[in-house]
Amino acid sequence: MPVSSGKAKVTLPTEEQILIEREFDAPRHLVYRALTTPELVKRWFHARRGVVTSAEIDLRVGGKWRYVSEADNFGEVGFHGEYRELVLNERIVWTESYEGVPEGVSEEEATTVNTATLTETAGRTLLTLLIQAPSKTTRDAIIDSGMEAGMQDAYDLLEDVARSLS
Amino acid sequence: MARAATTADAFNAVAEPRRRQILDVLAGGERPVNDLVRELGLAQPQVSKHLRVLREVGAVEVREQGRQRLYRLNGRALKPIHDWVRAYEDAWSERFEQLDAVLEDLKRKEQGDAGE
Repeated sequence: MPVSSGKAKVTLPTEEQILIEREFDAPRHLVYRALTTPELVKRWFHARRGVVTSAEIDLRVGGKWRYVSEADNFGEVGFHGEYRELVLNERIVWTESYEGVPEGVSEEEATTVNTATLTETAGRTLLTLLIQAPSKTTRDAIIDSGMEAGMQDAYDLLEDVARSLS
Repeated sequence: MARAATTADAFNAVAEPRRRQILDVLAGGERPVNDLVRELGLAQPQVSKHLRVLREVGAVEVREQGRQRLYRLNGRALKPIHDWVRAYEDAWSERFEQLDAVLEDLKRKEQGDAGE
């Protein structure tokens, strides 16, 4: 399935899954490096305005990882987990727990199992990222979080506009 | 943000992998059921059952042509799903744009090293 340049393609293969696909103009060993090296992760993991204040990676099966990002107006949010499977330049399987879940949501309910697969063709790399959530509720909450981020952007924009008028 | 209840059926209809396959095939153009049977490697009754579900939510439409019934995709019925996912997709697009820049640096560095 072709992936249009520049845009990530998101599909929902099952009720508990999210599939993200994107092609990169780089060989896969570099994509693998960018996904698994703390100082590089810090440069791309923040999707929107904000910074990744901390990225810790213990790159071995059973090794732990944790990222903390700080977005304007959102405050700090942390993500952590454990590496389940590592095939150099090909495949990474890890667990991911979002630390900002509402009270009463269990760690298990907030944890997904993510599989990144890298396929190289003529110097370009297709990244497929499969997110397996424990339930449809969690899967849907993850998708909803994108909408909240989008709304946050809209609020920021509104604030800018309001400021320019004052 | 909760999704509108009226669109829930479409979400469920396309959650099934075989039905997603049918939609993928129909995305390439209108097809008779025999084509779908062949492409999916399923028995006709199963394909017909999936098509019925997809028709119920409006994702697939059918018309008669001679003795054949031709099925086609109705993208509009799938729009609520697209809208719901779009903001999440945009967030990843932005994240990956940052990753593009990181990869450009890595490529340049690697070429620089090779040239020394």
